[in-house]
Amino acid sequence: MRKEIIKLNVGPQHPSTHGVLRLLVELEGEVVVSCDPDIGYLHRGIEKLMENRTYHRSIPLTERVDYLAGAANSLGYVLAVERLLGISEIPERARYIRVIVAELTRIASHLFWLATHGHDLGAMTPLFYALRDREIIMDFFETWAGKRLFPNMFRVGGVARDFPDGLEQEIKKFALELPQRMRDYETLLTKNPIWINRTKGVGVLTKEEVLDYGLSGPMARGSGLNFDIRRVDPYLGYDEFEFVVPLGENGDTYDRYLIRLEEMRQSCNIILQAVDRLPKGDIMIEDYQVAFPPKDKVINGEYLIPHYLLVVKGFKAPKGEIFHHTEAPKGELGFYIVSDGSEHPYRVKIRTPSFVNLQVISKLAKGRLLSDLIALIGTIDIVLADVDR
Amino acid sequence: MENLKDYIKGVIESLPPESLVSHVEFRDQVTLVVRQVSLLEVLKILKDDFGYKYLIDVTAVDRYEDDPRFEVVYHLWCHERNCLLRVKTWASQGEPPTIPSVVGLWNTANWHERECFDMFGIVFEGHPDLRRILLWEGFDGHPLRKDYPVEGR
Repeated sequence: MRKEIIKLNVGPQHPSTHGVLRLLVELEGEVVVSCDPDIGYLHRGIEKLMENRTYHRSIPLTERVDYLAGAANSLGYVLAVERLLGISEIPERARYIRVIVAELTRIASHLFWLATHGHDLGAMTPLFYALRDREIIMDFFETWAGKRLFPNMFRVGGVARDFPDGLEQEIKKFALELPQRMRDYETLLTKNPIWINRTKGVGVLTKEEVLDYGLSGPMARGSGLNFDIRRVDPYLGYDEFEFVVPLGENGDTYDRYLIRLEEMRQSCNIILQAVDRLPKGDIMIEDYQVAFPPKDKVINGEYLIPHYLLVVKGFKAPKGEIFHHTEAPKGELGFYIVSDGSEHPYRVKIRTPSFVNLQVISKLAKGRLLSDLIALIGTIDIVLADVDR
Repeated sequence: MENLKDYIKGVIESLPPESLVSHVEFRDQVTLVVRQVSLLEVLKILKDDFGYKYLIDVTAVDRYEDDPRFEVVYHLWCHERNCLLRVKTWASQGEPPTIPSVVGLWNTANWHERECFDMFGIVFEGHPDLRRILLWEGFDGHPLRKDYPVEGR
């Protein structure tokens, strides 16, 4: 029998690559011999652009890093800038709004993952159910901010707009209902023999490999590494919420599937706690050197001038460097900001989870079937904008 | 927090004294500035003896007017103590700037270092596969350098 290596280009235009990922795959029959990701098709130079903008003007850019979880990125950036400025407390209401929006974003991102991951492996129905629920979250964002994917409402020192009347109750209703609906979605996959065959034992990672490859998020927790930044390095007062960090045992695609489902339930849990405790009050700190004055007061000259200066010139940050990380839906999102004391950051590095997590695919795919490669792209849960920045 | 400071103090004391240039504290984060010759040694001690097993990030900063020009920054995380440490050193003077690769210690450094090479033109010596990662082969220049125009060229 004649054996030869076939070179196959998967992507960059291919529905299962979740964007514009190109994989150069070498095949021997159906078995993957080597897999080399070729990335950068969505590189927009966000880090370079941020060096030339004021701190506030970078917020919309950061939301576009991971476009399926926009608010999670601007949250990480805003928290990093606040830490650089030494702002340790923001009004309680703003803090809870941030928590609620961050967790809604996590659910939206995981729902989209469930939809596409299921669809990649041949399960069509979860796609419709998951996107239906995601649409409800998008509607919440639209009601609150006027925008669906990128609310762009987080500011240094608080949030720009309060929740409109009645939205809290709508969110609460959703967080109560989603876990029940998810039980239906699970009946489609969790015990489905085809799903189990396609995912169990595929893409197994040990704890040592997780550390070696620097993985985070569900990729790390799937292998039993107890690493959730909301727990180990709490921000936004996450230590006061009760939630479980689900851990996997086998470190395979199936475990990571179960973990992401459980994380959605836990996010609902956090949302319910946050909505119950949501106090009335301010949503922005009153230091108008760095934070925007309330919109209804801006007609008054006393507030108009700081507002004008903040928009046109921005604020000066103290000289120094800061690294702040948050638990984004896909893993650890870090912002490393170097300030030289001017209105612009001297250097910003965005450590995105997808970029780091994607690297392990070459190792996981080796010796597996080509069809497993599709399962692996899904389980790593990448967004190519997040990879390329 | 005090515990953590004592711990970091212990870490600093157990590093070879000639390896450390300075250490900086800002907003409860510690930066160890080390000499390039002892970079690998320091990182290995931190990884093996102090549990800094997770390399979060490798990146660089272009200090355009300084000499040596490029700072290379490593962010480390200890899972047992849940603490962050930043290690910083300089790439060598001259063109291209060089620095030893840490892929031998962490596989995750592979893509981080490729990105640094792509964006800053820093050559990581001993890297198994150093080529551009985000930009295409044949791209002219290194865009995150301060002398590269924002509009491109």
